Amino acid sequence: MMAKKKKAYRLKHYLREELLPTTFCQGCGCGTVLNTYAQAIEELQINPKDIVSVTGIGCSSWIPSPYFKADTLHTTHGRAIAFATGVKIMKPEANVVVIAGDGDLAGIGGNHLIHAARRNVGLAVFLINNMIYGMTGGQVSPMTPLGDKTTTTPYGNPEYPFNIAEFVAAAGANYVARWTTYHVFPLMESIQKAMTKDGFSFVEILTQCPVSYGRRVGMRTGEEFLKYFKENTINSLKAKDMTPEEIGDKIIVGKIVERNRKEFTTILREMNEERRK
Amino acid sequence: MRHKYDEKKIRRVIGEKVQFVQGDASAVYGALLAGCSFFAGYPITPASETAELMSKLLPKAGGVYIQMEDEIASMGAIIGASWAGAKTMTTTSGPGFSLMQENIGYACMTETPCVVIDVQRSGPSTGQPTEGSQGDMMQARWGTHGDHEIIALSPNSVQETLDLTIEAFNLSEKYRTPVILLTDGEIGHLREKCVMPEKGEFEIIDRKGPTVGRDKYVPFQADESLVPSMARFGDGYHVYVTGLTHVEKGYPSTSSAEDHDRLVRRLVDKIEKNRKSITMVEKDYQKGSKIAILAYGASARPSAAAVRKLRRKRKKVDFLRLITIWPFPNEEVRELADRVDRIYVPEMNLGQLVHPIREAAEGRAKIIQVPRIGGPLHTPKEIMDAMRKKA
Ligand SMILES: Cc1ncc(C[n+]2csc(CCOP(=O)(O)OP(=O)(O)O)c2C)c(N)n1
Repeated sequence: MMAKKKKAYRLKHYLREELLPTTFCQGCGCGTVLNTYAQAIEELQINPKDIVSVTGIGCSSWIPSPYFKADTLHTTHGRAIAFATGVKIMKPEANVVVIAGDGDLAGIGGNHLIHAARRNVGLAVFLINNMIYGMTGGQVSPMTPLGDKTTTTPYGNPEYPFNIAEFVAAAGANYVARWTTYHVFPLMESIQKAMTKDGFSFVEILTQCPVSYGRRVGMRTGEEFLKYFKENTINSLKAKDMTPEEIGDKIIVGKIVERNRKEFTTILREMNEERRK
Repeated sequence: MRHKYDEKKIRRVIGEKVQFVQGDASAVYGALLAGCSFFAGYPITPASETAELMSKLLPKAGGVYIQMEDEIASMGAIIGASWAGAKTMTTTSGPGFSLMQENIGYACMTETPCVVIDVQRSGPSTGQPTEGSQGDMMQARWGTHGDHEIIALSPNSVQETLDLTIEAFNLSEKYRTPVILLTDGEIGHLREKCVMPEKGEFEIIDRKGPTVGRDKYVPFQADESLVPSMARFGDGYHVYVTGLTHVEKGYPSTSSAEDHDRLVRRLVDKIEKNRKSITMVEKDYQKGSKIAILAYGASARPSAAAVRKLRRKRKKVDFLRLITIWPFPNEEVRELADRVDRIYVPEMNLGQLVHPIREAAEGRAKIIQVPRIGGPLHTPKEIMDAMRKKA
C-alpha cells in the first residue's frame, strides 16, 4: 500500500517555518486568524517585504510574532500602537499591521488605541478578543462578560465589558468591523479591507480560548465556541433595523463604520513639505 | 521616507552661528546637527522648550515631530521610528522619565539606537516642576528592570548640552543602545553663549548596516565589536525584534540559561568593554592636593567656583568633573582617591553618585557628601563651608 503523502500547508512560505509548530493550545483560535491573515495577504498580493508587523504581549501577539515572516516588532505589553505610529511616520509606504489581544489593546494599551484612532494613523489593527488574559492563565480582561468566573473573579466578574469596536469608531477610525473565528470568509475580506483602506482600520476578532477561559465558563472546546459564535451573532446590516430588545445579548458582527477622513501621516507630510519650501 | 542629512539646510534652520540661548534650545541644535530626523515627546516642565523648538525646526530640517499621548508612547514611537531607519530622540523630565523606563529597557534589549534627554526636576513625584535637581542619576542607571548597561552623559553648560547631544547620538548609533542625556532645570533654562560647531569639528556616526545578503544576515550576531549590524525595516531582511530573551537570529528563547547569559552579557560587555573610550571627564589637579571636589552637571558650576576661590586663598585642591556618568568612570575616580585624603561631592540630591564614587574609591579617600535639594544651586560658599566643617 502506498503511504498517503501529507499535503504541505499551502501558505507555509508566509511563515517562519523553522519556528513551527506554533505554541498555540489545542482548540485556540489564533491559528485560524493566522491562516485567514496569510490567505488575505496572498489574495491581495502584498509582498511581505512591505509589511511591518507590530505586536504587543500575549498569545494573540504571537500570531504574526514570530510566525509571520515579515519585519516584526514584538513590543512591550499594550504599546504596539505607539511603536507602530513611529514606524508608520517614517515608513508611510509600508503596510503597518498591529495584532494583539483584548487585554493588550483595550486594557493596558487602551489610551494608545484611542489616540491612534483619533489621529487616523494609517495602521491596520486587529484586536484578538478572546475575552480573557490568555497568556497569563485566565485572569479577567476588560472584555470579559459581566458575571463570568475567571482566576481573578472567583465570584463572578462585577464589571461590564467594553464595546471596543463602537468605541474605536467613535474615536475617529476610518474603518471598523467585528467578526469571529466562525466567520472566516467575511473575516478575510474584512482583513483585506483594513489593509487596503487609508487611515486607521480596526477589526475586532472574537476568538476562542478554551484553555484559559472556556473551561471556566462551560465551553471546553473550540467547536463549542464556534457554535456559540454562529448562533449568537447578528450582522450589522440586519441589526440596523432591529430594536435593542430584539438584539438582546447577541453580538453584532460586520462593518461598524466606514468613512474617508484623510490619513494622519499624509496630513503630516503635506504640512511638513509646506514648511520646507 | 529616507532622511537625507542636509547640513546646509540644518544650519539655515538653526540660524546664527553664535547664539545666546537656553540649554533646552542648544539640545535641539545638537540633535539637528547630529542628524535627528524623528522626535516624539510629551510636554513637561522644564523640558517643554525642547519639544516646542523641535516642533518648529525639525519639519524645516526635513524631519518629523509628533506629540504623543504620553511618555510611554513617546518612547515607543522613537523605538519604532529608529527601526524604520531614523535617528530619534525624546525629551522629558522626572515623571515622564519614570514612565519611559519599561521601553528604555526594551531599547536596551533590542539594541535600538535612540536618545532620551531628561531635564531633571525636583522630585519625587510631581515635586517642584520648575526647580532643577540631579534626582534621576540612579534612575538613569537602574530605572528599568533587569541586568543591563546604559550610557548617560551630563553637561554643565549650554554649549556642552549641544556638544553632548551630538555625542549622545553618536554613542547610541555606535553601540546600538539608548543614550540618556541628564541635564536639569538649571542648565535647561540657563541662557548662555552657544557656538555652533563647524563641519570637521564634530563627528557624525551612523549605525552599521548589514554587510551580507538577505539569506546570510543574522540580525543579532555580532563581530568582535559586540555590536550587531542593524537592518532597517522595509529592506527585505524580515527582521524579528523582540524584548524577550532571543538567540542571534532574533527568535525567542525564554527558558535557556545559556542563551540568556550569552545575550545579556554581550549587551553589558559591548558598553563595559568600551568604558575607556566612552568616559569623558574634566580634570584639574594640583600637585600636593590633599582635598578634592568631585562634581557633575549643574552642581559642577558652583564647585568649580569654590575651587577657584580656594586656590585664590592658596589652598591646594583637585577638581574632577564627570561628563560621562554611566558607565561610571571608576578608574578616574580611583586615581583621584589615590591622590587626596578627602573628596567632597556636591550633588543636587540627598546622595546618588556618592555611592559609586565611594565604591570606586575603595576606601583610599574619605568621601564626603555635600547634598542640596529643593531647587537653587549650591553656592560656592556653601561648598567651602562644608569643606571647612569636615576638615
Ligand atoms: C507591563 C506588563 N504587565 C503585565 C504583563 C503580563 N502579561 C503578559 S500577557 C498579559 C495579558 C495578555 O492578555 P491579552 O492581551 O488579552 O492577550 P491573550 O494572551 O489573551 O491573547 C499580561 C497581563 C506584561 N508582560 N507586561
